[in-house]
Amino acid sequence: MNFDFSDDQKMLRDQARKFLADKSSKKAVREILNDDAKPFDAALWKAIAEQGWLGVAIPEEHGGLGLGRLELCVLAEELGRALAPAPFSSTLYFFAEALLLAASPDQRARILPGIADGSVIGAFAISEGPGAPSPSSIDTQFDGSKLTGVKIPVTDGDIATHAIVLAREGQGLSLVLVDLTQSGVKRETLKTLDPTRSHARFTFSKAAAERIGKAGEGWDLAEQVLDRAAVLIAFEQIGGAEACLEMSVDFAKNRYAFSRQIGSFQAIKHKLADMYVGIELARSNAYYGAWALSTQASQLPIAAAAARVAACDAYYFASKENIQAHGGMGYTWEVDCHLFYRRAKLLAVQAGGPGVWKEKLVRRLEQKNAA
Amino acid sequence: MDFNDTPEEAAFRAEARAWLEKTLGQPTARTGARPESAEWLQTAKAYQAKKAAAGFVGLTWRKEVGGRELPPIFSVIFGQEEQKFQAPVAPFAIGLGMCIPTVIAFHKPDRVKHYVGPALRGDEIWCQLFSEPGAGSDVAGLKTRAVKDGDDWIINGQKVWTSGAHYSDYGIVLVRTNPEKEKHKGLTMFVVNMKAPGVEVRPIHQMSGGSNFNEVYFTDVRVSDSERLGEVGNGWNVALVTLMNERLAVGGSAGPEYAEILELARNTPSPSGKGSLLQDQAFREKLAGWYVSAEGYTLGKYRTMTALSKGQTPGPESSIGKILNANRMQDLANAAIEGEDHYGIISDADLAPMQGAFHNAYMWAPGLRIAGGTDEILRNIIAERVLGLPQDVRVDKGVAYKDLPTGRS
Repeated sequence: MNFDFSDDQKMLRDQARKFLADKSSKKAVREILNDDAKPFDAALWKAIAEQGWLGVAIPEEHGGLGLGRLELCVLAEELGRALAPAPFSSTLYFFAEALLLAASPDQRARILPGIADGSVIGAFAISEGPGAPSPSSIDTQFDGSKLTGVKIPVTDGDIATHAIVLAREGQGLSLVLVDLTQSGVKRETLKTLDPTRSHARFTFSKAAAERIGKAGEGWDLAEQVLDRAAVLIAFEQIGGAEACLEMSVDFAKNRYAFSRQIGSFQAIKHKLADMYVGIELARSNAYYGAWALSTQASQLPIAAAAARVAACDAYYFASKENIQAHGGMGYTWEVDCHLFYRRAKLLAVQAGGPGVWKEKLVRRLEQKNAA
Repeated sequence: MDFNDTPEEAAFRAEARAWLEKTLGQPTARTGARPESAEWLQTAKAYQAKKAAAGFVGLTWRKEVGGRELPPIFSVIFGQEEQKFQAPVAPFAIGLGMCIPTVIAFHKPDRVKHYVGPALRGDEIWCQLFSEPGAGSDVAGLKTRAVKDGDDWIINGQKVWTSGAHYSDYGIVLVRTNPEKEKHKGLTMFVVNMKAPGVEVRPIHQMSGGSNFNEVYFTDVRVSDSERLGEVGNGWNVALVTLMNERLAVGGSAGPEYAEILELARNTPSPSGKGSLLQDQAFREKLAGWYVSAEGYTLGKYRTMTALSKGQTPGPESSIGKILNANRMQDLANAAIEGEDHYGIISDADLAPMQGAFHNAYMWAPGLRIAGGTDEILRNIIAERVLGLPQDVRVDKGVAYKDLPTGRS
């Protein structure tokens, strides 16, 4: 057993951290936060493409590096730590993974090279309204060539060039690929909790679209995409949570109250120790997910669900208690605590909320135990 | 990242499995705690002798002390397989996991040789004597005294919470040899013969009703200076090595886990009266949390083992394990009992689910949250030694032990 990343992967992590400290500084993140006209950091996106990161898990024949998902996990953690205001997760964890999972050779050849070079920004659209989507709740219709219906919210939807959409086709559900730069697609930008990542409502009116995968398999395919994305997002969540912990530790060492460092008080120590415990628990579960994802192991559905549940808890806890540890300063716009608190909530609902994933986890455990 | 056994690990696992089947029969499901008895101890000793003869004890130790110099992962693999057979290993865990590694690290070569063999074979059992009535979390504040008398030391005082003292042959004891110095600097560690005159072991009647721990009284107990571990006054550093080995010791939670409560819930009606408890949404949420915690703990151990196999030292981060396990045990047992509703109060092994394993866990967990470092002390350790936060303001710094306030003990 070797339950750790390789030296090469750790080197990639170090490089990524340095790169993002420069290109995705808090100043850069705040430019997106404060400017409604800037939905994402286009310069960062270009720089990320030039680093070759977008092609890490894309096969070489389609212009990628053909490395693996483990490298993607390493990058995800750093992007999460840096709060990168870029459509990396939408494009790679969801859109590219859906194509790699189900697209035809022709579809792969058409789209994947654009992902690797940064010209394609992908989105993944399931939700149509409040509450967890279910097979019976999807109303968007696909008639074999045209798509009609509403999807809300779609992460990075207003900046994406393409989307994969879950839609009803006859009796069942299918995944459908749609070019967003056509007249049958209306996009409206949404105000959200995390303005460092943009969101849209899609209204499709007989938009030209093509199915990926088989008709009627849309729900199962979407579930598989979500399993993959859950692992990758868990790494973003861990990166963010760890940044919160580091902020808190630094503050607790340097802030004095009652003539002592506040970090010497057990009330603060125990809070920070609990953050650490939560993060380590999430990290161990995420590593297992990473292993299962990279080896296409049969354990992936359980490992992914556990990774997601643990990471959602860890990031929520770290991001809220980071504010608390900072006291009044933590509640100001100027201090970065709220950036993580916002992102934590986005990542907790983006691939389906923790409640849904706890339910998935238990259902999968039930099946495993009955087998 | 490779989660599978290497060929060597797989071969070792097969070897371990074959030996366990030959020795213990087939794997058995986890049941309630086995009460201690003379027969229980004999069975454990007989198993330990066979295990030592087969070369499965001290896997990671140096060859010259009877080990096999294997990487720590091999201990984990053997432990994983052994656990499936409910092997009777409890009496040896502290001796082989903590005491003997300390003896190996600090004792003279001839004494190491003298002690290690019988301990490996289970002929002699060891216990660890650190805690005192007035020194628990603050163990360096202990007051049991050793006074030099020629080539010997005379020990007087009392230890408490000593697991297995009643069946132990030897112990490692931390005592105060110089009360004029600061509390951490006046301590020394010795090997003590538990059958020596003046050593009296009294079982503690625990809140669970059982007696796994003891009080140990020392009245003019004579120990040769040749049984000293490390230098006079260096006992605190020796104790830290003992406690570091505790982190290396292999072992999971001792109670029922998510799989057991899942099965229980499958056959228990839900509070709503519709379907089973397993279909109850509130219960399912909790179950997901227990799985994440239990798996996270196990997987975290694998990360530690990987770090070890790369030559890194395990740090205080393993303190996480006990916080998680003890609290999960308590919550899970509580949910199982409440899930049984009226019937949950019945702990009778003939009537209660899993022969009362959940009830045992419910009564054991409060102790586990305190033993070997309370939840609170472990959080302090994580905060100070992992996160680097400052120590609490110390009122005992630069003060001789004899001048420290003691209060109620």
